[in-house]
Amino acid sequence: MTKIILPELGEGITKATIACWHAKIGDSLKKGQDLCEAVTDKASFVIEAPATGKLKSISVDQGQEGLVGGLLGTIE
Amino acid sequence: MKHSITVEDWGLIDYIDGYERQKTCVQGVIDGQDDHLILCEHPPVLTLGRMTNPESLLYQPKDIKERGVTVTSVDRGGDVTLHAPGQLVIYPIFNLNKYGKNLKLYMETLEEVAVDLLRNFGILAISIPGQRGVFVGPEKIISIGVGVRKWVTYHGLGINVNTDLSLFNLIKPCGLNVRMTSIQKLKGQAVLMQDVKIKVIKLFQEKFLI
Repeated sequence: MTKIILPELGEGITKATIACWHAKIGDSLKKGQDLCEAVTDKASFVIEAPATGKLKSISVDQGQEGLVGGLLGTIE
Repeated sequence: MKHSITVEDWGLIDYIDGYERQKTCVQGVIDGQDDHLILCEHPPVLTLGRMTNPESLLYQPKDIKERGVTVTSVDRGGDVTLHAPGQLVIYPIFNLNKYGKNLKLYMETLEEVAVDLLRNFGILAISIPGQRGVFVGPEKIISIGVGVRKWVTYHGLGINVNTDLSLFNLIKPCGLNVRMTSIQKLKGQAVLMQDVKIKVIKLFQEKFLI
């Protein structure tokens, strides 16, 4: 299982809102494909699938805030 | 350290066509090409950022279309904004791996460019903590919204130079109850877009050590 983590976005940024998921649970993913977008401070950051597999879980839904370094979901 | 950059002036370009060209530039920069600084204007268009509140559109889509304004959703941060001829749109396609991978610093540097640009025209503008963009008194003059892929930036700034400000009545700009202004309005006369472009390029070179 691979964790999807909200990456470091720069000094002073501790959280971001997940603006959208480009996949739903059960979808097949290829490593590197667009997975979701995290928005902070009027910047939208594309988060890519960290591994090939199926999206197993989403921990932070669209519109919710996630913490930098925190879990957004998992791929199996 | 100085960075190489390619400056491109796309003139007046359809928003979607410009977006497609941006994507090509982004992929090029990801693949190792020089950073790009793109300058352009768009025909009237409302772009809906990822955090758009539907209530920020003050008219029905049909009424907006009758004003000759198209509406499109975009993958940038922020709420709704308007682009129209007379507004200088700047798309820095920059690889932030060269600049310390810091989104906050990048956004602040864009605001510094904007404030310094306006000072060149004798306009005292400020950025307000917690509200991205640049203001002159209570009015907003420059909007900012960016996208980032593999730490390469796209989208950017809209600077109201000689913009028809009445078009902003269609929306709550950036979701705010704020009036928009322009360099033309503040100076009492239209300014040459080419003068603004020259100053913008120089300021980007200074602020980003290009």
